[in-house]
Amino acid sequence: MATLTRLVRDLEAAEDAVQDACALAVSKWSAEGVPANPGSWLIGVARHKAVDRMRRDIKRREKEVAATREAGGPGPDAGRYGYLEPYGDGPSGDEGWESLPDDELGLIFLCCHPSLDPATRVALTLRSVCGLATSEIAAAFLVPEPTMAQRLVRAKRKIRQARISFGVPGPDNLAARLGSVLRVVYLVFTQGHMATGGNELIRGGLCDQAVRLARALAALMPQEPEAAGLLALLLLTDARRGARSRDTGDIILLEDQDRGCWDRAMISEGETLLERALRAGRPGPYQLHAAIAACHSCAASAADTDWREIAALYGELIRYEPTPVVEANRAVAVAMAEGPAAGLVILDALRAHPQMSRWPQFHIARAELLRRVGRFAEASDAYRAALRLEPAVPEQAFIGQRMRELGDG
Amino acid sequence: MKYMLLLYGPDLPEAGTDEARRLFEDWNVARGAMEDAGVLIDCAPLYPVTSSTTVQVRDGEMLLTDGPAAEIKEHFGGFTLIECADLDEALKWAATLPTARDGSVEVRPVIQVQQLA
Repeated sequence: MATLTRLVRDLEAAEDAVQDACALAVSKWSAEGVPANPGSWLIGVARHKAVDRMRRDIKRREKEVAATREAGGPGPDAGRYGYLEPYGDGPSGDEGWESLPDDELGLIFLCCHPSLDPATRVALTLRSVCGLATSEIAAAFLVPEPTMAQRLVRAKRKIRQARISFGVPGPDNLAARLGSVLRVVYLVFTQGHMATGGNELIRGGLCDQAVRLARALAALMPQEPEAAGLLALLLLTDARRGARSRDTGDIILLEDQDRGCWDRAMISEGETLLERALRAGRPGPYQLHAAIAACHSCAASAADTDWREIAALYGELIRYEPTPVVEANRAVAVAMAEGPAAGLVILDALRAHPQMSRWPQFHIARAELLRRVGRFAEASDAYRAALRLEPAVPEQAFIGQRMRELGDG
Repeated sequence: MKYMLLLYGPDLPEAGTDEARRLFEDWNVARGAMEDAGVLIDCAPLYPVTSSTTVQVRDGEMLLTDGPAAEIKEHFGGFTLIECADLDEALKWAATLPTARDGSVEVRPVIQVQQLA
């Protein structure tokens, strides 16, 4: 897909042509056997199919336009004329028929272009780079399939009409564009890791895809510590996948997880990557998130965790992500390191923030700290505030338990 | 590929003021850079929005309205037409325009109509 998109410079045309080529391969290979290099056979056939389709499309539209002019009516949908334009110099010669890793990187940068809507970048990457079916992406985002199909069609049309270029941007533009690419891979992962609904199999698949993409980015841009930082973060987080949920599907909190079930090979790969990235001396949000994840990974239990270090890392992270969520996480780490009263001071300062007052986890964290300093009436109020925001069922059960302990439920 | 940069911003400052002179100088810099790079086709401000008339044809009848199509704070106040290799290049030039700093610049790819004639 990536190679063909570079050759024909049109995402939609490349998709159609790959489908044509695969269909031909199924019939031809079963009759004549598989060719010596199936990859380049497919790319070669798909390229011819794409050129055929483009010629047919241009002919058909020329006829449409001629017919409309003869009839004296208004022109057809003006947006389509963009298609009549030649695609630059187009493919030339026979070079580049092998699928190069650079092609995949170019395709990722195309799908993650900042002129596209952020949610659409994620969907487009899953469709065009990872090859997920539209129905699977729709299921992962909990939207109807036609909605997702329309979103993808619109994005591909914009890429063509506005002429968004395929390829890795030049050095003056790379930093800004890389941020968007890393963000998309991170969002693919969190979509798989955090989503509460949807098919379990699809969501596990999203985590795998994100790790694969992060691996490709880190390998192709070894000079970018944030690319390695993202891969380290995903590996360190994904290592806990097997310990994160019960057979019933309930989420198990980090402090209650069986740390023996964590994937040690993934953790050690993540730690090695992170150490190497940090040595570049150019820290960034993904390296910091990974460093926080590494603090959890190397602790034998929640109590053994270096909370002081985690609090300091969240403090650094706020410089890159000045959000109340990061500050709330810092408050929890401070409470673990220095006692509940110190954490409570930070959380209380965030109370007026609208994003916090709508977040049940904020009220639960505050209630826990109030309970630990013995302010039981205020703790009950905070638990009730969390319940009013209708948190997930396991959290409701947890709050109910706590309120009964406080004699208020 | 031609791109039309639609300039939305506050009304132009009063002629002869320091603010107007500064804006004029800023535009000369931006315009000069586009000319040197060979991307500029045309570039002009428009008279204030109070001079505009909106035309609509409904059921064959021409309806005229005094003023712009919508009542908004920032008005369409000028345009810049450039020829670029791709969107990234067009976005780079759009960011050099003074309007990008105090208003916004909408980048729209232009359809090559002459191919239909």
